[in-house]
Amino acid sequence: MFELEGVSKRFGATQALQPMELRLPPGRTTVLLGPSGCGKSTLLRLMNGLLRPDTGRVLFDGRPLPLEEEEVLAVRQRMGYALQGGGLFPHLTAAQNVELMARYLRWPEERIRARLEALVELTRFPSEALGRFPGQLSGGQRQRVGLMRALMLEPDVLLLDEPLGALDAMVRSELQVDLRAIFARLGKTVVLVTHDLGEAAFLGQHVVLLRDGGVVQQGTLAELESNPADPFVTRFIQAQRLPLEPGA
Amino acid sequence: MRGLLAGVLLVLLGVPGCAPKAPGTTPEMRVGSKKFTESVILGELVARLARLPGASAVHRRELGGTTVLWEALKRGELDIYPEYTGTLRQELFAARGLRDDAALREALAAEGLGMSASLGFNDTYALGMKEAEAERLGIRRISDLRAHPELRLGFSNEFMDRGDGWPSLRDRYQLPQREVRGLDHDLAYRGLESGALQVTDLYSTDAEIAAYGLRVLEDDLKHFPAYDAVLLYREDWAKRNPRVLAAVLRLEGLISEPEMVQLNARARLERVPESQVASEFLTRKLGLESELRSDSLASRVWHRTREHLFLVLVSLLAAVAVAVPLGVLAAKRARVGQGVLGLASIIQTVPSLALLVVMIPLLGIGSRPAIVALFLYSLLPIVRNTAAGLTGIPGDIRESAEALGLPPGARLWRIELPLATPSILAGIQTAAVINVGTATLGALIGAGGYGQPILTGIRLDDTGLILEGAVPAALLALAVSGLFELLERVVVPRGLRVSQGRGA
Repeated sequence: MFELEGVSKRFGATQALQPMELRLPPGRTTVLLGPSGCGKSTLLRLMNGLLRPDTGRVLFDGRPLPLEEEEVLAVRQRMGYALQGGGLFPHLTAAQNVELMARYLRWPEERIRARLEALVELTRFPSEALGRFPGQLSGGQRQRVGLMRALMLEPDVLLLDEPLGALDAMVRSELQVDLRAIFARLGKTVVLVTHDLGEAAFLGQHVVLLRDGGVVQQGTLAELESNPADPFVTRFIQAQRLPLEPGA
Repeated sequence: MRGLLAGVLLVLLGVPGCAPKAPGTTPEMRVGSKKFTESVILGELVARLARLPGASAVHRRELGGTTVLWEALKRGELDIYPEYTGTLRQELFAARGLRDDAALREALAAEGLGMSASLGFNDTYALGMKEAEAERLGIRRISDLRAHPELRLGFSNEFMDRGDGWPSLRDRYQLPQREVRGLDHDLAYRGLESGALQVTDLYSTDAEIAAYGLRVLEDDLKHFPAYDAVLLYREDWAKRNPRVLAAVLRLEGLISEPEMVQLNARARLERVPESQVASEFLTRKLGLESELRSDSLASRVWHRTREHLFLVLVSLLAAVAVAVPLGVLAAKRARVGQGVLGLASIIQTVPSLALLVVMIPLLGIGSRPAIVALFLYSLLPIVRNTAAGLTGIPGDIRESAEALGLPPGARLWRIELPLATPSILAGIQTAAVINVGTATLGALIGAGGYGQPILTGIRLDDTGLILEGAVPAALLALAVSGLFELLERVVVPRGLRVSQGRGA
């Protein structure tokens, strides 16, 4: 679904991404994993054109991302995007946040209503809270609204940047379970950014481990563990296991 | 909301002097006067005489100063105003070195202006001190001041600057005083009374000379030229209205110096309105009866409120229409933004009076230049708050809007502007409140409003009159502020008021 050919990105003096090749096949959940500052969020923003690569090109569904701003916007409507905290518009209610794009695109009222109902059911969002403003919602509810908003236009892919980052452990594990169910039900291409190994293992089929703007290794988590390409892979896995398995 | 605003504007547009006049058949005359009592009385006299042959005379009283009136006369915004030959020679034609009145007449004719004969008195500059103090120090003539370098001098601002004022007087008499302050002429007498000042400039027809027990120092070196009171008028107007001119010129030679002192005293010290002073004088000297019209306090305040609101509303609406888009531009284009904000800041630093006077050659006198000046002053707070409101939107919200695929225009209208409304509204509120205060200065250039009674009150040292302008102005500022609190509830999205913590 996504192909990156020789893509690199630099912010001022910092090389955020080394030139890299990456192919993400459709229908699979890919996790971009790595410590903070490794370039995983930059990578995600290159995929939906929020950032432009300095070198190389990004192909989406076999075609390069267009250079025209207007065409990029049209392509983005095929990519759902949700980020940490939901990124909700505080002046709009939960329902208005979710419906914003559909209304902008002048969907018929009936279609909007039906789609919203389906999403409320899919994300297990309490429908009585649809009329509330983001300031009146809990952290978990905000995240569900963010997810509904990302899914509203029935996109081909779903891009999630640390979607559970700002939540406490209980809400987080509950949402993780829900997310996995949603991914399975939708069968869409999902790209998820996280720094959390457990989350990656739980939600992702394919893991891409990054460090200092470069891909260290990719494959299933089992492959990474049994056949590390670099001592860093083992160190990264060990460091996150440590608190759970004392003495290991 | 919009309907209400339109309604308010319609009412205000009915303000006399703001609506375009239909060309009438009755002769018209617009007379101006400077913002001191003598000039206002002369203006009243002219207006009353002009009404005798049936002219409709408008008196635009208490305009800011010589330049304001001179420019307005040349531009045809006034037809006639009282002036002094000394002012014309020493100030307006200072560079020409005109020797006598004949030369002056010639120079005026070249500008399309005519000049009457002297009205009968010479209101020249003079220096004055408290009688007792002058006696104690043995000062009779201006030359005697040389022996007292420690004296505190305070002169009217105009006297400090003008060609025949303090600088040339100091050079002529070789005066040693260093402590010299510029202040409003009307405040100088109070300064003398309190002892803050010891010497000030006077006009030889000032009512206060007798009232405050002042000694007029002899101009022993004959520094001050003659300041014969005359009427300046436009020749083209005079040709069209010969009968009105003839009626007005009955003032020639009519007022002697003691009579003028007496008229000034009646207005300044006895607080008789200038219109009544003028009416009494005409009855006494010419046996003329002219009706006296006086408005009730309520109708005066209502009239001025309409004038004031007109200035504030028109300038503010125009400023909002221009400044909000400018603020958006400033937020979107950093370099343009710096330029726009810099320019608006520079405008803000121009003193309001200077800005008003600069407007006169371009826009004349009245509400137009005042509105333009207020408009310019309103720009900065609105531009700055609009830009700040937009750039203050959190990055994740901005990014979400982009990632959804909303085009820039829709992002601005649906997301960014609604989120910036509290800030934009606060900017407009600031501009409006400042505007209400600054609009009082509009009276200096004939725009009316609450500044008019304040101006008159300062001139006549009449606290009641000052309050008649200051209290409604303060109340209006409070009302405007309160209105914006209400407006905030209507305009600011509800979600921004309920949200706690993030996104606010």
